[in-house]
Amino acid sequence: MIVESRVHARKLVEWAKDKPNVVVFSADLTSSTEIDLFRDTYPDRFYSFGMTEQNMMSVAGGMAREGYFPFLHTFAVFLYRRALDQLTISVAYPNLPVKIFGFLPGITTPGGATHQAIDDIAILRAIPNLTVIETGDVTEVESVFEAVHTVPGPVYVRQLRGEIPRLFDPSEPMIIGKGRILSRGEDIALFSSGICTEEALRATQILQSKGLSISHLHVSTHKPFNAQEVVEMASQVRYGVITMENHTVIGGLGSAVAEALAEAGIGKKLIRIGLQDTFAHGGSRPYLMKYYGIDAMTLIRRVEQLIGKTFHITEQDLQEVRLEPVHSEYKAEAL
Amino acid sequence: MTTVTVETWQEHTQRLARGIRRRVLDFTIRNNGGYLSQACSSAEILATLYGKIMKIGESQAPLIPLPFPGTPSKNNPSYFTGAAYNGPKAPDLDRFFISPVHCALALYALLVELGRMAPEGLDMFNQDGGTVEMIGAEHSPGHEIMAGSLGQALSQVIGIALARRLKGHTGRNWVFMSDGEFQIGQTWEAVETLVFYRLDTVGVYIDANGQSADGEIQSVMNIEPLAERLKAFGARVYEVNGHDVEALAAPAQEDPDGRPLFVIARTNPCQGIPMLEERRPKLHYVRFKNEAERERYREFLNTLQEN
Repeated sequence: MIVESRVHARKLVEWAKDKPNVVVFSADLTSSTEIDLFRDTYPDRFYSFGMTEQNMMSVAGGMAREGYFPFLHTFAVFLYRRALDQLTISVAYPNLPVKIFGFLPGITTPGGATHQAIDDIAILRAIPNLTVIETGDVTEVESVFEAVHTVPGPVYVRQLRGEIPRLFDPSEPMIIGKGRILSRGEDIALFSSGICTEEALRATQILQSKGLSISHLHVSTHKPFNAQEVVEMASQVRYGVITMENHTVIGGLGSAVAEALAEAGIGKKLIRIGLQDTFAHGGSRPYLMKYYGIDAMTLIRRVEQLIGKTFHITEQDLQEVRLEPVHSEYKAEAL
Repeated sequence: MTTVTVETWQEHTQRLARGIRRRVLDFTIRNNGGYLSQACSSAEILATLYGKIMKIGESQAPLIPLPFPGTPSKNNPSYFTGAAYNGPKAPDLDRFFISPVHCALALYALLVELGRMAPEGLDMFNQDGGTVEMIGAEHSPGHEIMAGSLGQALSQVIGIALARRLKGHTGRNWVFMSDGEFQIGQTWEAVETLVFYRLDTVGVYIDANGQSADGEIQSVMNIEPLAERLKAFGARVYEVNGHDVEALAAPAQEDPDGRPLFVIARTNPCQGIPMLEERRPKLHYVRFKNEAERERYREFLNTLQEN
């Protein structure tokens, strides 16, 4: 598997080169949110706000009213928790083109409960006018800037930093409102988002080798949610549906899928993998994914539970899985 | 021989202020309730901003306010803000932003006094389906941004001022604020940001009436010494009698010097309507206790009628 680092840092500088109205806002986490390169390259378009997230959010609204495109950066928790009123009233209500990059989604940080954005999608999905995006690999982190820039209103991006795997072919950029079909099958439908997709791919490779037929969709647009593609996949499987997210199971991807299935009148069994209505604590990503049950092995156990069969897969088997970038069916459909 | 008396700007501004009080009192009596004390304290500040300080053009909005256009969204192309009542947007023109929009009634009354809104507009106050809302929203006449969640307007104006500076605009950005908003953390974040970015195109007039919703501010949460606190942050601060139009206008005539301007206008929430004093310390929203009290106010209103 190819892993790349500082993708946000490099790509933002490259992408924003010919976009003088794109300005970057920082809240004292410039290196931590990979905008140090932007600061050094375009100092006139970089604004430091210190730890004034509420103020920074409202300033962004004001600047967007005048034709600029503020790209806000800090840890997600400080944007949707601390500055939620400002996000709602100064940015979302007036439908302004402010792009909000929230880092450290879910358990991707050892920073503990204060730094882990475990309920951002649930909270932000409820806000009118707001588009909610989550990246899951290098290709998505690379292409998210252009994707969100085409949205004429506010966008929240649950963004990845540091070392990121490339799961999707670089020729298939993110398209808002479009999931990535990673496989098609008749036994179960699997919907995953963010870092959970890499984890899910490990499990599905083994499960498929054992003869299980899986429909797998990677979801990067939480809102506007494409219920149609979810319903289409879920309605064609034998056993049921599983969702997998780096987020509380209340209000996130699992809830969105449940809403879509219920509204379409599809009575499939649904298992939601994610944080089970709990806060997390500080630790390494593998430890936290295992501890809170959002890892590949948990997915295998839930699949077994859903279909009533045991595959006898070991941790060793999972470690031997090699992931290569997948060509989804996504490109052909997008054209 | 006929004598032509020319009204000075001071007289004109004072007349506007009296008009604000008279119209808001009239409304409060008819409605049996209203944000009356805010009009009493802010009348001269708002009147001086519109009558003397701000460089703005003719209203671009209809005299009779339009009905509620729906909230902004990608599906609502007919959406508008109330900024057009303050004239066109132009590089050399000033902009006005009201932060404590609980004072909206006073602003509406002033727009009527200025001929920017028809008197009928005031009758639409707080009526279902209208834009002349009780707590002003950005579609309300004279309003440009969402400010009802107190403490957010100043930061939004920072964004507007930063953008206008990038575009080379010379027009200034005036913010009308309440003293209660200086209880809020975001206000102080905004002050430090204004100073940090040397935004001297932003001027803030604070209606320091000493009142917030629960009563006297100092009994709710201390904000003093406000002038010293603002100065310590690096702002340019003036403290004036908020009912003296000349004193109010003077700080705005000074050449900008790199520091954001804050004018603390010390005001009386009962100014011009002495019988309001009886209601202290609860002045946030006036609702008459009985018909007799309402009649006393009606009689007082009759003494204020002007041609």
